[in-house]
Amino acid sequence: MEQARPSVVDIQGLGFSYGEARILHDLTMAVGPHEVFAIVGPNAAGKTTLLRCVERVLSPRAGTIYIDGRDLKSLSARDVSRRVASVPQSHTPAFPYAVQDIVLMGRNPHLGAASQPGPHDVTVAQEAMDELGIRAIAARPYTQISGGQLQLVLLARALAQEAQVLLLDEPTAHLDFRNRHLVLGRIRDLAVRRGLTVIMTVHDPNDAMQYADRVGLVSGGALVALGTPQEVLTADNLGQLYGMPIEVLTDGTRHVIVAGIGS
Amino acid sequence: MKRRRFLPTLLLMWVGVLVVLLASLCLGRYPITPQTVLRVLVSRFVPIARTWDPTVDTVVWQVRLPRALAAALVGAALASGGAVFQGLFHNPLVSPYVLGVSSGAGFGAAVAILLGASAAVTQASAFATGAVAVSLTWLIARSGRDRSHVTLVLAGFVVGSLFSSLVAGAQYVADPSTKLPQIVFWLMGSLASVQWSDLLRAVVVIVPCLVAITVLRWKLNILSMGDDEARSLGENPAVMRVVLIGLTTMTTAVSVALSGVIGWVGLVVPHLARGIVGPDSRRLIPASIALGAIYMMIIDDVARTLTMAEIPLGILTGIVGAPVFALLLRRSRSDWD
Repeated sequence: MEQARPSVVDIQGLGFSYGEARILHDLTMAVGPHEVFAIVGPNAAGKTTLLRCVERVLSPRAGTIYIDGRDLKSLSARDVSRRVASVPQSHTPAFPYAVQDIVLMGRNPHLGAASQPGPHDVTVAQEAMDELGIRAIAARPYTQISGGQLQLVLLARALAQEAQVLLLDEPTAHLDFRNRHLVLGRIRDLAVRRGLTVIMTVHDPNDAMQYADRVGLVSGGALVALGTPQEVLTADNLGQLYGMPIEVLTDGTRHVIVAGIGS
Repeated sequence: MKRRRFLPTLLLMWVGVLVVLLASLCLGRYPITPQTVLRVLVSRFVPIARTWDPTVDTVVWQVRLPRALAAALVGAALASGGAVFQGLFHNPLVSPYVLGVSSGAGFGAAVAILLGASAAVTQASAFATGAVAVSLTWLIARSGRDRSHVTLVLAGFVVGSLFSSLVAGAQYVADPSTKLPQIVFWLMGSLASVQWSDLLRAVVVIVPCLVAITVLRWKLNILSMGDDEARSLGENPAVMRVVLIGLTTMTTAVSVALSGVIGWVGLVVPHLARGIVGPDSRRLIPASIALGAIYMMIIDDVARTLTMAEIPLGILTGIVGAPVFALLLRRSRSDWD
């Protein structure tokens, strides 16, 4: 009998390919509760593919993903969505649903095919909106809110799923400076207060530096470095990852990553 | 719209259905007062003195009631089908007709009319070819490499064009003095000859399908988020889509078999409904069913009372539908951007 694993998400030797193209190769990592794990890497490194394997939208070619010690493949679609919630990178609204109706959709994993959200589901959705400070816009059409608010709405929808694992694909891609830090701050809060396991991909290594507990560098579909932000996000590592000179400036406690001056 | 305001709104819509139904029984070449109509209806169940002409009985029971109920049923089916398709394809501009069911059914009806078949056989034939057309659309879309919605809609366009050509062929060989007008009239939509037996055959299919769609309607919200998001919300979009397309194809094919081809209802009514109760399908589907029934009964009343001759329903729904739809597009464009 295999011993229960302490990690919430445990990825063992993950491989994925689209036809001939190998996207992920022998990727192994584990993420625990209360932890924000950032995946950093250049475009087309396989970051999004990794997330999509964890939420089982894609099926890996090799390796195993354990969620709470259970093989992801052995779970039903509903079971997966009760354990893993995700916030998509981009979202195209088709109809002007009210914010509260969008958040309520996060309750779907807990509802049967013929049932509809009840009072308890409404309460959970309202708590999620309260937690993210968007209760005031609950009745607004979600097509008429700002990009930062939309991101918080989609995050609230994921929270309403009451899943242990939260996946975010470039959560700040379309946000201005203020909203970027607002959203990342909320995500950090959620990991601390709700004990969630957060895995997010980020474009800017500074986001990982400031908000992640641990960082994985992904390049060419493989994990090339893994550790705390200060261990991993070094000028050398990042220089190799992006193929450009990079400097890490510090005042002793805080660290800022900037493009290096031409070598 | 707040949840607590929805139930009174829906109740009001159903009162509207009953009022329009009553009006439909009064209106016509042979006007009957509402009091008389109500007494005629009640006399079927309660023995009361018959103070009216026996003709009135026939007009109300054998002509107007089955026809008005058929209009309500067809309207409810086409409108809810449109709402379902718009949710499934996350596009407010599609209806069940995009999968080729109308031209498929039109071909079946045209062939049956050519062969001089009875009304019942014509309906059965229309239903069968309508279902074949949708299946063909489905098969063509599945054989493609790209399994997106666009492929399905394009496959529907291909199949629709094929069956339109076949319908044109049937019209070409039809006897221009007898069969051709029948085919053309059928293709333009009419409820003029609906009998109780026709209505009952449609009711036993459409009503259970509408109940099933109503039960599953919350899932439409989930599916309208797109396949990837639906999947991460724990739904199997492929399975749910087959179920919902199956149900709406059934209701649409049976409606077309009963009434001929009536366009625009599935586009216009869900838009009106969305304007009143919002886009949430928990409210939209029941509202579309009620408004569809009202809309189609009014259209049919206009069709049979406006001029001396009956106006084909498809012509009226097109004339009313296109401008209303254009207006709705203008007003609500910002919602889709």
